[in-house]
Order: sequence, then C-alpha cells, then structure tokens
Amino acid sequence: MFMQNNQVNDENMREISFAEAIREALAEEMRRDPTVYIMGEDVAEAGTPFKVLLGLVDEFGTERVVDTPISEAGFSAIGVGSAMTGMRPVIDIMFGDFLPLAMEQIVNRAAKIHYMSGGKLRVPIVFRTTLGAGRRSAAQHSQSLHAWFSHIPGLKVAIPSTPYDAKGLWKTAIRDDSPVIFFEDKMMYSLKGLVPDEEYTIPFGLADIKRSGKDITLVATSSMVQVALDAAKKLEEIGLSAEVVDPRTTWPLDKKTLIASAKKTGRVIVIDEGYEQYGVTAELAAVIAEGAFYYLDAPVRRFGAMDVPVPFSPVLEDQTIPSAEQIVEAAKDLCAV
Amino acid sequence: MSEPKMEPAGRNEKSFEVSLKRALRMYRQMVRIRHFEERVDNLYKTAQMPGLAHLYIGEEAIAVGVCEALGKADYISSTHRGHGHCLAKGALVGRMFAELLGKKPGYCGGKGGSMHIADPDSGNLGADAIVGASAGVATGAAFTSKKLGLGKVAVAFFGEGALGQGLLYELMNMAALWKLPVLYVCENNMYNEYTRYTETTAGQLEDRPLAFGIQTKRIGGQDVREVYRTAEELVKDVRAGQGPAFLICDTYRYYGHHVGDINRSYYRSKEEEGMWKKERDPIRILGAWLTDTKNVSPETLSKIDKEVREEIESGLEFAKNAPYPDPTEVNANVYAE
Repeated sequence: MFMQNNQVNDENMREISFAEAIREALAEEMRRDPTVYIMGEDVAEAGTPFKVLLGLVDEFGTERVVDTPISEAGFSAIGVGSAMTGMRPVIDIMFGDFLPLAMEQIVNRAAKIHYMSGGKLRVPIVFRTTLGAGRRSAAQHSQSLHAWFSHIPGLKVAIPSTPYDAKGLWKTAIRDDSPVIFFEDKMMYSLKGLVPDEEYTIPFGLADIKRSGKDITLVATSSMVQVALDAAKKLEEIGLSAEVVDPRTTWPLDKKTLIASAKKTGRVIVIDEGYEQYGVTAELAAVIAEGAFYYLDAPVRRFGAMDVPVPFSPVLEDQTIPSAEQIVEAAKDLCAV
Repeated sequence: MSEPKMEPAGRNEKSFEVSLKRALRMYRQMVRIRHFEERVDNLYKTAQMPGLAHLYIGEEAIAVGVCEALGKADYISSTHRGHGHCLAKGALVGRMFAELLGKKPGYCGGKGGSMHIADPDSGNLGADAIVGASAGVATGAAFTSKKLGLGKVAVAFFGEGALGQGLLYELMNMAALWKLPVLYVCENNMYNEYTRYTETTAGQLEDRPLAFGIQTKRIGGQDVREVYRTAEELVKDVRAGQGPAFLICDTYRYYGHHVGDINRSYYRSKEEEGMWKKERDPIRILGAWLTDTKNVSPETLSKIDKEVREEIESGLEFAKNAPYPDPTEVNANVYAE
C-alpha cells in the first residue's frame, strides 16, 4: 500500500518517535526476509550510540545483527560482496562523517557493479547513516554529506523528515535492488509523529507537500523541514501563505512536484543542511529555474549550512545552520512585504 | 624482504602428483589463456581494440591451478589483470573478446570492458579495477556462503600491490574472526605497476596474513601442479569451516603493466625477463613433465596448441562480427529494475 501524509486516516495511527519508526521498519523487514541483516559498529547489544537499534539483537540474534571491528571500509566491502551474492545488508555507518572511510566501496563498487556487469549482478544494500549539526559535536561528527551520494549515478538517497516518512522509506530502501544511502537527522530521533498500525511503504522519488500554500514555496529536506514549517507558521502571522515541499529522496528526485509548486507560487526558497557550495540546494534551485523559469517572479533563493567546517562553540555552531528567522526574512524580501 | 621462490630445489615432487587427465586439462587452459592474451596484445598493437588491457601472460599457472581446485558454484573475484581468471573459471573465448571489443554479446554487454568482466554463471563475481577491491567482494561472498550455509568457497585473486591497501587488513581481520570461507590468492609478480615490490613492501609478505592467524602458504607460482595441489589442500580446509587461507604465488608477468608499457628497462632488465621466460615458463614446465614422465607425445601437445589457436581465432571472428550495443543501452542498468 502506498500512502501520502494527506491520505492518512488518523483512526489507525499511533504516535511514535523517529527512532521507533526506523526500528519498526527494520524489524518488520528482517521478519519478512531472512536475507536482511544489519552490520556495523556497536549495532547489537549497544543498539548504536543513539540507541535506534536497541532490542533488535534480542529478536534476531548476533547472526543477523552483527557487531564489527572499527573498519568502515572493510565491513562496507563485505556488505557489497554479500549483497552481490544473495543477502540484503543494512550497513551501519555510525556518523555521516565516517562515510569517507567507506566511500570507495559505495562509489566505485556498490554504485557501479550493476551497470558494469551489463545488469547481471545486483547490489541490494542500504548504508544507514546520520546527518545534521547542533549537537555540539564539532567538525567531524556534524556534517550533512548527502549531496556527495546524490551526485553518483547508481545510488539512491533517502532523507526523511518525519517518523511516518522514515518508516515508509526504510521499507522501500530494504526492498530496493539498487544501493541506497539512508540519512537520518540525528537531532530528530525523539521527534514524535503519527504512524499507521498497518504496513505501508513510500515510493522513492515522490515528494510530499508538508503544508499547502499559495504565495511562496519552501523546498526543504530532512532536518530543514521542521525549520521550514516553523518559518511557514511565522509567515502566516504576517499574511504570507507558504507551501512546504519535502522531496524525501534527493535521488530519484521528484522534479515534477517541485516545478509544479514553483509554478503555482512563483517564489521559491530551497533549504538543506548540507554545505551550500555545490550542494543539494544548488541542484534543487537549478531544477526549479529550468522547469519554472517563466513562472518565477523572483530568483530562487537557497540556504544551506555555512561553508565552514562545523565549529564547536555553540555561539559559532548555531550560525552555521539555516534558521526559521533567516527564511522568514528571505521570504518577506522575495514577496516584497 | 625475501626474494621470490623460483627454484624447484627441495620440492617434494611426489606431493604434486596429478592425474594425466587433469594435467592435460590444465595444460589446455594455460595454452588458452596464453594465446588469448597474445591475441589481445596484437589487437591493441594493431589498433583494433578500444582502450587497453593488462596481460596475464607468465602467470597462467596460478589462475588455472587455483580454479582447478574449485567447483563451478564456488566464487572468484578478480582484478584489472583478470582475463586469465575469467577463462580459468569457465568463461568462453568468444564472449570475452566481444567484451574487449565493446560488443553486445560480451559478458557485460560491452559496458565493462577488459577490466570488469563478470560471469556469475561460472561463479565469476567480476574483475575490479581498484587494487585490493577483489578481496572485499570475495570476503562478502564468503560471508553469504557462511550465513546461508551454501558450502561455497570464495577466492580473491590480487597482486602483491594489494598488500599496500589498508582494506585488505580490515578484511583479513574479519574473515579470520568470523571464520569465513575465503581463500586469498596473492599473485606476487614482483612489480607494483612500474615499481619493484621490495621498494614498497616492508617485512615479509607471509607475515601479513600470519599476523591474523590465517593459514598461509608461499609457493612458486610457475608449476601448475604445485599451485593446484596447494590450492586443493587450502580449499579443503577453508570449505571445512577452518576459516580463511592465504596463498602467495611468486610469479612474473612477461609483458608490461599494461599493453602500452613497452619500454620497461627503467624498472626491470631484459635479462630478468628472459630468465623467467626461458626457465620458469608454466606451459613449458608442465609440458616437460607430461612428455618426460607421463609419456605424452610432443604431437599431443602440438595438437592441443593447434586446437586452442583455432578456438581463439574463431572466438575472435565471432566477436569481430558481433554487433555493437544499441546506443539506447547507455541508460540501461544504472539502477536494477
């Protein structure tokens, strides 16, 4: 069953956290398919530092929830080789900042083997990792590096913003026969949201309109969706109606929905927590500029993380993340109010 | 750094006994690889082949001896110098040439080329052009075999250059920890591209796997009977669940790092090349054993040679006459359908 948020029937919903939604999706898929396994550092009894996987080892055992040495390249390579031969691994890369250690396996192997083999080999693997600053964790535990993977043909990239989306996208990711990089905002694990009792999946490449509006479109991803919704509320107070569009996957990308919203409102701000230079915001802005140019009343504005290594001191770090206030100011500017 | 094992002195000849039927089969395979590669060299030098190739000539006994110890369902993973491994595991000459020429009936539909030939039907998980990567693919395949109880062994072929890659040490650690059924086959042809291995490799080669408690053998790689018998022993242990094994075969590539590497005097001498070709040629060594101790007539060997040449020529004709892929194929297989 495919569902979008606006089709949800509240009667069969429960409120659970982002972390619980992810854990449910993994557990359900592991029950459904015995070839699914999780591998990474401290995934078993520890349940990862964010405790997202807590309890999975009790149900599935250490045969399927596999603790590894601190060897991101090595266990990613084992994941790829096992995916080529019949397993469906979920490879846990504790922090998005550790992805560079596994980059070679993801970019040169997982992304290319299906194509290089003329379609004969498949790599159904999911790399599970985090993004997002704000935890006072400094430059090597705070980055949002999803743009790198969105740049590579052969990879799919999921970046959910709600418990509902996280669960539905996770189930799709595990069932996909292509490699998926799944980014979870580490600041969002305790965020609560409604999730259906019944089983559902969310297809990749289908944006979700988180809030309808007519004056301006705010395209936001992952951690920035809540920021955009907050900005939309503030804009409403001054009489501006903002539409919030969440692509949910940066690749495949639902260009159609982005362009349609841009055509409707004529003004667009793009917000993403990756670095702004050559980032996701650049691609989204280009898609909108190309697809809706004659409908735009103003140039597309974009907000990414500041182009600096994420600093430690709170007074410095907070400046690097786009804020609702900045978006409100930019929206007022674009709408000339 | 110990010098390569070239001298047959002190070998226990008796332990390398193989049946006549097996010896003749291995002889034919080595001759097949030799003539295939000579034809590839010729295609390159007459500008009939796009790109380039890394020839296996001189090292034939390793691929043939090791693959002779495997079953069809067992896995191999290979390298940029991979034609010999593919043929030894059962690939057909015509489809190999077709891939090298970028033609539609090639093993990868023309999308892989010389460095990426994959043939899952013969257990070949593909050649990988990043040094050391083959070890990851095979270790992952061994992980699948163990998890699903398939009873298959996975063999990773790589050169001594891969000993410079950190990935290999992460993999050996996990393979040993988890007793994965993988055999690492290190073909020490003594040159990391254009640099002698003694300039790049500290300590002893065999001390590396031994540090992880991995069963390790270092042998001369030019006598296919020795390679086969040693591999057979190791494969037996690996399949029985005793964990990974590591086989170092000292060998020599007669030609350059790739087909265009013609002037090699700055990194190795003509005398050294001549010595290996004259005294340590794997086809001559087995041929001499067959004629001297098994009463095989020189005519029988000439007949094999002639049949293989015909097979190579007819395979090449097939490839030359084969169609190129349809241009629309460029977009196919980026993602698995």
